[in-house]
Amino acid sequence: MASALSDADRSGARAAILAAIRAATPDVPADEPATWTAEEPAGLAPTPHGAREAVWRSEHRGGAQIAKPLGAEALLALVAERISDYRATVTRVQDEGGIADAVGAILIRHDARHIAAPDDLPPDLKPTLQAVRLYPDGDPPLPNDQLSALDGVLTGCALAIADTGTIVLDAGVGQGRRTLTLLPDLHVCVIRADQVVHTVPEAIARLRTVRRPITFISGPSATSDIELDRVEGVHGPRRLEVVLAG
Amino acid sequence: MSAPKSERTAKFQVLAPRNLANSQQRRNLRKATTTIRDKRTRTVAEVDDWEALREAGARIKERALRHLDVHLEQLEASVTAAGGTVHWARDAAQANALVAQLTRAAGSDEVIKVKSMATDEIGLNDALAAEGITAHETDLAELIVQLAHDRPSHILVPAIHRNRVEIRDLFERELGETGLSTEPAELTAVARRHLRERFLSVGVGVSGANFAIAETGAICVVESEGNGRMCTTLPHTLITVMGIEKILPRFDDLGVMLQLLPRSSTAERMNPYTSLWTGVTPGDGPQAFHLILLDNGRTATLADEFGRQALRCIRCSACLNVCPVYERAGGQSYGNTYPGPIGAILAPQLARLKDHTSLPWASSLCGACYEVCPVKIDIPSVLVHLRGRIIRETSDGPASERLAMDAMARVFTSRRRYELAQKAARTSSRPLSKDGRIEARLPGPLKGWTEFRDLPAPPAQTFRDWWRVR
Repeated sequence: MASALSDADRSGARAAILAAIRAATPDVPADEPATWTAEEPAGLAPTPHGAREAVWRSEHRGGAQIAKPLGAEALLALVAERISDYRATVTRVQDEGGIADAVGAILIRHDARHIAAPDDLPPDLKPTLQAVRLYPDGDPPLPNDQLSALDGVLTGCALAIADTGTIVLDAGVGQGRRTLTLLPDLHVCVIRADQVVHTVPEAIARLRTVRRPITFISGPSATSDIELDRVEGVHGPRRLEVVLAG
Repeated sequence: MSAPKSERTAKFQVLAPRNLANSQQRRNLRKATTTIRDKRTRTVAEVDDWEALREAGARIKERALRHLDVHLEQLEASVTAAGGTVHWARDAAQANALVAQLTRAAGSDEVIKVKSMATDEIGLNDALAAEGITAHETDLAELIVQLAHDRPSHILVPAIHRNRVEIRDLFERELGETGLSTEPAELTAVARRHLRERFLSVGVGVSGANFAIAETGAICVVESEGNGRMCTTLPHTLITVMGIEKILPRFDDLGVMLQLLPRSSTAERMNPYTSLWTGVTPGDGPQAFHLILLDNGRTATLADEFGRQALRCIRCSACLNVCPVYERAGGQSYGNTYPGPIGAILAPQLARLKDHTSLPWASSLCGACYEVCPVKIDIPSVLVHLRGRIIRETSDGPASERLAMDAMARVFTSRRRYELAQKAARTSSRPLSKDGRIEARLPGPLKGWTEFRDLPAPPAQTFRDWWRVR
């Protein structure tokens, strides 16, 4: 039954697939660019009326080019509203000096005393409460069974998208490796005002050069697999608490 | 897990009546599709330039397909540079053999799986079982389907045909649980308990890919439950099986696709979790990453200049949710991995045309699927195109239909022949007519037409006769 593939089979498959693609696309002009972008000159590939202009707008949606940019306060209000729509809880604090106290209050509310955090967590995120103990994850990493058993995890983020209420982690400073924000049942995430962008394309543009793993988080995990009835909290953290500073 | 081959390729007209007779399933489906349709309409209405986004989505994917060789070679180079290993598989057998081989080489006889259409298409779970490797589905709906030894019936919600009572009974029977309520929240908690230990102990993860970025080598998996994050993060080895058409040339293309996909599939602004990884990252996630690039009929589909647009599909399932035929017949009537309108144009092209000759007729051509498609696949036109190809290229295409059309052409070009034909129809149909309808199954070459249709009986007096005596 076992049908191990020889090296010849494998390089044969590569060559055959590439050859089949070339044979299948004789209609494609040799000078056609291999990627389509909204900036493409109309002469190269005919586009239906208005599509180029319209698509250009998509890529800059919410940017200064087409619409009034949202004011700073409107942007923060939007991201708070959209995150809350996923049944995550958002706590707003006026400035970064208020973060530690807000985090402490959240942890007390959840009765969460034993908290994992990346070992490079910025000091202004750390709750000062005696009752809370932080377990730094780094080198060596916390074992999986310990992470699963802790009450929660506290991190920063790379950025947040207002339009969709999305938090983006990119394993940069204060965010840790992916497992850290996956196994504990409570995730407390801090967003600073200058990390909030309006649209998805803006976020993608900022992440373009990142080669570390990236995770988009929009509310707690959820499923609608039983009669399309939405249930929050499946495998990831079942509760998401966000502190929005600024 | 999967039904016998004959069942999977059985004709739509054989499978559909069975499903139509299942009134519980029809109620489940109607409730589910109505809910998601309404929600999608609301979420899409929030985006003022939705049509432009669709246009961008269509163009990005179409152009990528036209230069697939360039992008695949670039993806291979990017993934390899980032510490991953790229494999190529021409068909299901090669892909399955690769997964089995890589799993054994990683020292495991089990894998945990993220929901993936590609691995269902190639029958991976059965192939692994034959090699002594156990595949554990971890998506809630896939778990339900696997435990019930059932077939998926929807791209996004494979157990959409099952209701909460059926699922409660299944969990009590198969997972040794007792005293469960029928609350979805409680049933979901069972899945969390049941799977957590598996996530932490199984060393090999298997996933599909929603997108793969040629210029960076990033692989993207879009999901809701967190099982995808678990499977792509916790195992020491990760194997991703990806159809070659999933490629996007640029990282920036995600800016369009990540707006189109969630709103079209679950009708959310954004799905709970989207994971992107590039090869291997020291100290973070699997330290061995294998990407299997799967053809399995895709290059053959690409060769049809008009039909190739089916390869733009991003598996959102919006077309299923709006389809009046899908809503009544159910996903299992389509007899293959991809149900609904997209399945009716994808299955006949990915497999041999002659294996799915009935699917392009499993549609009323109402066009709702085209209107909602986020990458503007003109499904109704491709359906008609494939009907033509089946009639021209396969013996199983209704040959009588071709003969009838030829005969009709002759009849319509002569007034004398036309009037004689009308007279003949009137006379010969009289014994079969009842209340102006012909419900009998006609013999010979007309059998195919009347097997599933009633005909109006020819009127006693034609317009021409009436005009003459007037």
